[in-house]
Amino acid sequence: MKVMHLFRFLKLLLFSSLEVVLGNKTLKKMVSANVSGDLSSEMEVDAFRRLFPLRYHERFLLDSIRPDARPLGRARDTSLALGAVASADGSALAKIGCTTMLAAVKMEVMTPPKESPDEGSIAIEFYMPPICSPLVRPGRPAEEAPVVSKQLSDTILSSGMINLKELSLVSGKAAWMAYLDIYCLDADGSLFDAALLAAVAAFSHLQIPVVSLNEDGRVVVVSEENEEGKSEKEPVNKGKRKLTLSSLPFSLTCILHKNYILADPTAEEESIMETLVTVVLDSSGQLVSLYKPGGPVLAYASAVQDCIALTRQRVKELKSILNEAISDMEVD
Amino acid sequence: MSMEIGRDDGRTANQLRPLACSRNILNRAHGSASWSQGDTKVLAAVYGPKAGTKKNENPEKACIEVIWKPKTGQLGKPEKEYEVILKRTLKSICLLNINPNTTTSIIIQVVSDDGALLPCAINAACAALVDAAIPLKHLAVAICCCLTESGYVILDPTKVEEQKMKAFAYLVFPNSAISIIPEGSSHMEGELMEHGIITSVTHGVMSVDDYLHCLERGQAASTKMSAFLRRSLQSQAPNDSSRAG
Repeated sequence: MKVMHLFRFLKLLLFSSLEVVLGNKTLKKMVSANVSGDLSSEMEVDAFRRLFPLRYHERFLLDSIRPDARPLGRARDTSLALGAVASADGSALAKIGCTTMLAAVKMEVMTPPKESPDEGSIAIEFYMPPICSPLVRPGRPAEEAPVVSKQLSDTILSSGMINLKELSLVSGKAAWMAYLDIYCLDADGSLFDAALLAAVAAFSHLQIPVVSLNEDGRVVVVSEENEEGKSEKEPVNKGKRKLTLSSLPFSLTCILHKNYILADPTAEEESIMETLVTVVLDSSGQLVSLYKPGGPVLAYASAVQDCIALTRQRVKELKSILNEAISDMEVD
Repeated sequence: MSMEIGRDDGRTANQLRPLACSRNILNRAHGSASWSQGDTKVLAAVYGPKAGTKKNENPEKACIEVIWKPKTGQLGKPEKEYEVILKRTLKSICLLNINPNTTTSIIIQVVSDDGALLPCAINAACAALVDAAIPLKHLAVAICCCLTESGYVILDPTKVEEQKMKAFAYLVFPNSAISIIPEGSSHMEGELMEHGIITSVTHGVMSVDDYLHCLERGQAASTKMSAFLRRSLQSQAPNDSSRAG
């Protein structure tokens, strides 16, 4: 299957350069160069890609394929590794194509606010350090980071994935505060999708530390070594070390360009075709978010439904990837 | 429960709050407008086009910059998100090829917030862009649709209503165009241009059908709003002589 795509891709490259020649006499050399197949021909295609990025991509779209040999509706290869950070209570590394996200959850005990005495809380932060993209400069925070951060906390909190009551330890006295930090290590498009996947996976991997009440009525963490010895102090949260996660949210970002819908765009595609639609569905098929921040292409109801259908398929894929990662973890 | 749902202020589900729009209210700005929907009021000022674009922006196109000023307090994450949504929404209605390598700043000042703040700000910004004579493809109208726990859709909620809702969607549509070009050219594959979504931001869990229902209701209401916007923009012809340079 893959070999066939690659073959088609190579053929396309040849064709697209032929078309260049028809449109642009100055690049006439390309055909002969391409046929002989030396290194300079590669350079010329690359030059075309840089000079006329939109035409380059549209030539591929005409044949319902993309420069990285994907069909329009297919997402990039996705992998997930749980427990990537040993010092965190739960962590995951998610990769969608080259886009890489590292998520980690740290649990702290806090006094719950008076309005909700038997609920814990979750604080979510998304970071884009300068290593993730050439567009992010040291000392100048990325414009996108606070937006993705806000979107993530809206999505995770409103999806009802986590029952905040489960984070309570002693009503009115102590509850868990879950700090979820997501680091973008490589930003190659569809940042929100990868970040949400990493966040959901980190919560599925979360092991809540064992705590007990000491003489003063304060909550202390029972360390692993003396867990056996201190039998007189009953742990407060024995048997409650995993969260019951219900209706997990998963997302897919699509590009709308003319009548085409491109699933899971790369950073290059995002910069050339600017209309993005991000759909978040939970595992029971309910819509958690439909996010389209402007863009030159208008989304009609039919396109919206096509994006939702693509997301439905993707949710199935992501669910099985997550389940596989969890079962791999249990075998270890 | 009867078919009609009662709202605290006695409105029907589809009824919008009274709209008010006035333009050219600030002396120094190149364009300005205030927009209010009931007790939600936003002031927008436009400065520009000024020479040069910021870093990481395409100098071959005009650049749009949005600065959000909250009523009180500092800029938080929600305000940053509003800025980005506004910027991308306005970018998609402006003709960016006309003034390349320039920056147009839009300053949004929240005067009072009683629900549907972001749609109100988008409407204000749009009126201010017209007042500043920034070249636009078309106008945009923004609306907030809410979904109640019982599955009803209500439009243009107040803050109290917004907090009680199961889910809501902020939707932005192009305004219905009056064109001398014959019928058909403004249609895209049998769909009216004003049925296309420029921007959609949702909050809360709802079914896909509920969302599509919100879309329908939003579209219907947006025609009323674009008629209002057109009326208020026509009634006050800008007087170009008194503008500061």
